This record gives sequence, C-alpha cells and structure tokens, in this order.
Amino acid sequence: MSRTPSTPMEARFLDLLFSRRAVLLATIVLSAIALLCLCAPWVAPDDPARMSVRARLTEPGMTFWLGADAFGRDVASRLLYAGRVSLGVGLGVAALSSVVGIAIGLCAGFFHRLDGPLSRLVDAMMAFPDILLAIALVSILGGSAVNVIIALSIVYAPRIARIVRASTLVIRELPFVEAATALGVSTPSVMVRHVLPNIISPIIVQATFIFAYAMLAEAGLSFLGVGIDPSTPTWGTMVNEGRQYLDQAMFLILFPGLAISVSVLALQLIGDGLRDALDPRLAKDI
Amino acid sequence: MRSYLARRLVGMAVVIFLVLTIAFFIVRLAPGDPAALMLGPEATAEDAAELRQQLGLDQPIVVQYLKFLGNAVRGDLGTSIFFKQPVTQVLLGRAEPTVFLSLFSLAIALVIAVPIGNYAAYRRGSFLDQASISTAMLAASVPSFWTGLMLQRYLATDLGWFPAAGYGGPDAHFWERMRHLLLPSIVLGIVNSALILRFTRASMLDILGEDYIRTARSKGMGEARVVLRHALKNAAIPIITVIGLTFALLVSGAVVTERVFNIPGMGNLVVSAVLRRDYPVIQGTLIVVASLYVLINLLTDLAYLLVDKRVRY
Repeated sequence: MSRTPSTPMEARFLDLLFSRRAVLLATIVLSAIALLCLCAPWVAPDDPARMSVRARLTEPGMTFWLGADAFGRDVASRLLYAGRVSLGVGLGVAALSSVVGIAIGLCAGFFHRLDGPLSRLVDAMMAFPDILLAIALVSILGGSAVNVIIALSIVYAPRIARIVRASTLVIRELPFVEAATALGVSTPSVMVRHVLPNIISPIIVQATFIFAYAMLAEAGLSFLGVGIDPSTPTWGTMVNEGRQYLDQAMFLILFPGLAISVSVLALQLIGDGLRDALDPRLAKDI
Repeated sequence: MRSYLARRLVGMAVVIFLVLTIAFFIVRLAPGDPAALMLGPEATAEDAAELRQQLGLDQPIVVQYLKFLGNAVRGDLGTSIFFKQPVTQVLLGRAEPTVFLSLFSLAIALVIAVPIGNYAAYRRGSFLDQASISTAMLAASVPSFWTGLMLQRYLATDLGWFPAAGYGGPDAHFWERMRHLLLPSIVLGIVNSALILRFTRASMLDILGEDYIRTARSKGMGEARVVLRHALKNAAIPIITVIGLTFALLVSGAVVTERVFNIPGMGNLVVSAVLRRDYPVIQGTLIVVASLYVLINLLTDLAYLLVDKRVRY
C-alpha cells in the first residue's frame, strides 16, 4: 500500500481509483482473500482432505473454526484451498476471454471484409445464455478446471470482442493511425502497437466484470454438478455438498456462499472504480 | 420503417442460421466418437455403431450438417436418446413451469425495481439512493442458488410459508402448481431486480436532466405533475429494452433455480440431459432458447419504435 507511484499519471489514477472508500475497501478485502488462498498450504489450520468420522458436522468452534463437513473435514481449510480454484478460474477466464476477444474485435474493427461475418458470429454467440452455453460446452469438453476456463472464455470472449470492435472503429480513423500506416508500419504492428494501447481501458474494466461473472458461473456449474469434478473443492462444489445437510448444518453452505458473494461484490466495486478512474466519459450511473 | 424491418428480419435470419451452426458443431467438438460418448463406457461396439447409424453420424459431415439445417427449419430438432421422443415434444412437455417461473420473476423484479429505481434517481445522492444502489450490487453478487437455498430453509422449511420444493405432483391442480412457483419466482425476481433497478435509475436520471423537465419546472408546474406527467412517462420506455436484456439472465437463473427447488422445467431437463449425455436435448434447448432471445430482442426494438415517437430508423 505504501509503494510510491512512479509517474504523476499513475499517482492521479490511483488517487481517482481510491477516492471512493468502497473501492479501496474492496481492493483490500479481495487482496486479503487472494493472499490467504494463495498461502493456503501455510495458513490452513488442517489438511483439507483429512477425514474424521467423529468430527462429522461439528459446529464452528475452537477446534474447527468454521466447522467440519459430513466427512469430518475442516471447512476453513477446504475454503482456502477451494478459493484457489474459484479465484483461479475467474482470473483465467478474464485473461483468456480478453486475449480471444481482443483478437476477434481488432480484426472486425480493422478489416472491413471481416467485420460483417465476425460481428454476426459475436451476435449469435451472445444469443446463448451464459450458464446454458457453458453447461453444453463443459459437458462436451469434460469437467476439469482448464476445460471450465476454456468453456467460460468462449462464453465471455464475445463481450470483449464487441467492445474492442467499437473502440477500434473510432481509433483507426484518427490521424496518428493514418500517419503510422503512411510511414509503412505493417498492419499487425499498427493494430498491436498503436490501436491496442489506446483502447485498453474499456477492456480492463470489462475483464474485471468478467472475472466476477466467471466466478458466479463457475460456482453455478459446480453447484449443478456439471462443472469442475467434485473431487476438487471449489466454493460452488462446497455449497452443493453442504446442500444435503441444510437442516442440520447451515454453516456448510453459509461460508462458501459468503466467500463467493464477498469476492464477486469486491470485484464489481473495483470494476466500477476502474471505469470511473480510467475513463471519466464512461462514468455513468449504470 | 419498412426497409428497417426488412433489414432486421434478414439480420435475425442470419443470426439464427449461425446459432444453428454453432449448436451443430458444439456437439462435434467432443473428442472421440459422439455415439460412444452418449452411450457411456458400458456400451458395446455394436451399440455404438447402431446409434451412429440412427443419428446419421456415419455420413459425411457436410451431409449431416445440411440434413440438420433442413430438419431444424421444419421444426425437427432430432430425437432424445433418453426419452426416445422428439426433442421438441420433450421440451414442450417441460415448458410450462419455466415459462411461468420466468414471467412471475420478471413481474416481481419489475415491481421491486421500477418504483425504487425511479425514486432513487429522483432523490439522487440521498440515503435511499445509496442504499438501493448498494443493495442492487449486493443482489447481483450473491449466487442465485445460494439465495434460493437460504430462503428455502427459512421461509419454506422453518416457517412453512411456501412449499419447499417440487411442482405439486403429476395430478396437481393448476393453482397448486403455481403455488409451488411462488418462492422460486421471488428468488429469481430478487436476483433480476438488480439489473432493472440500475437501468431504471440511470434512465430516469437522464430524463430528469432534460431541457423539457427544466422548462416544465420553470413555467411553474407543480413538482408532482412534472414527475408524473413528464418524467415517468418517458422513463417507462427503456424498461422495454430491459425486458429483452433480462431474458438471458432469466433463463440462466431458471436453470439453477429449477434445480434448487426441484421443478421439472426446461432448466432441470438440460442439466439432467448433461448428466445423461443426451446431446440432442442439449442441442435442442440451445437452439430454442437462443432463437427466442433473438426474437424477443427484435420485438423489444420494434416496441421501442412504436412507443418512442422520437426514434426513427
């Protein structure tokens, strides 16, 4: 937190970003959650897979801070390990869908001939509700963390593509792009070195929201039992497992549910803050 | 207007053609033999060969694709492997709970979000405004299945206000079936109200900043009349757009909510189809839902055209 910003621009950006206390708080909370999950092997109170028949469905207390599940496994430890997968999937989807979306959007915005077909393809992809398309893709690809990332990236890449295309159409008409082309800079180089840096703000904002949506979608898929293999704990599979004991052990779904909600809420707040700080023109109330 | 309509209809046809193409190739993405995958590990080579022939998988991919398109245009989406019935028939049999669940939850979302969104915009910056925006963001962050499980536990199991799950059994009366949809609709309604609230608030804020509102105020018109006669009327228009936008959200929500409350609708069907590897049903659901989405968005755009006299294409 005490790092000195290297440029005045960066300082101004950070000032703007954290001028809203909610954004600052969200950043701290999300960083803390991510750090705890990352350091799970060192900070987890117990082995997340160790079962104990006598500890079945123990209420939260001194021995098990957040209780023990139906197999007597420590919920707090499982929560930390599960967070690595849940956050990892969200981050992976945000990154992969951005890369794919940027490629499609730049091509559509730059090459007139490709614009029609690519835009229609994006429209068609966006006609499928996210969970439904993800279910279909995961059922075919198979339920591993990598496949869930690939499936959700296919679902969310069109959103990035649409934004990149719209921004590219504006930027490509500007004099500096024309100048670069006139100087003989190759088209791929113009796209990556001149256009992309100027449209990166809306991409970062959208990627933050996709991070949040992907976490919700992954939790939904795991809850439905059609996502990541149940042997890998994620926050979604933890809720699904705890569901059978809803009447006796509410805490089994309470804590993973809270973990998902708090992380997603923090990401949405950060996304809002980034939008306001990166591009004041986009700072609307929606 | 007429040329706009023609252009939109052609655009819609192209998108639906692409939807069909994507749905066709998604199933072919599967590594290995789709027939063997559908039958599971216990199936023999003869079983797989028979199913391949039955589904036409032994023919060249181009022939399969053209046949698939031709059948889809005629409304034939194939035959379910599990139910041994046409997919359209299977889907229609499960449509009632999903359609009513979506309609009820949309109504609940509108009832919650529209008045609060408008009032929040009118009292911009007030405590109520801040509180409603924060609550909306929170509602959009909580997984719908979690809200569902929590409310199921407290309102249905503990307090007994609602049926806990199911759809009232096979012989249940219509109203009994609808009673089973109440709590799921409330859950889905809360989740969907978040987007509508933010949208309504933003559109009301835009309108309150318009010149004609200032004119109305400056000519001494009473505040109540300004809001009721000028602002509200125009703020109602973007709600049409929201209905189109929330459709995808409603369907995704319905898949999860139907699973939580064990309602035998299309969402539950598609999850079961995945677990049973019934690909024709998954494919059919994708096609029907995506086509409906395209159609609803065309209709909302047209409705916009009819309601808002300023919009001209």
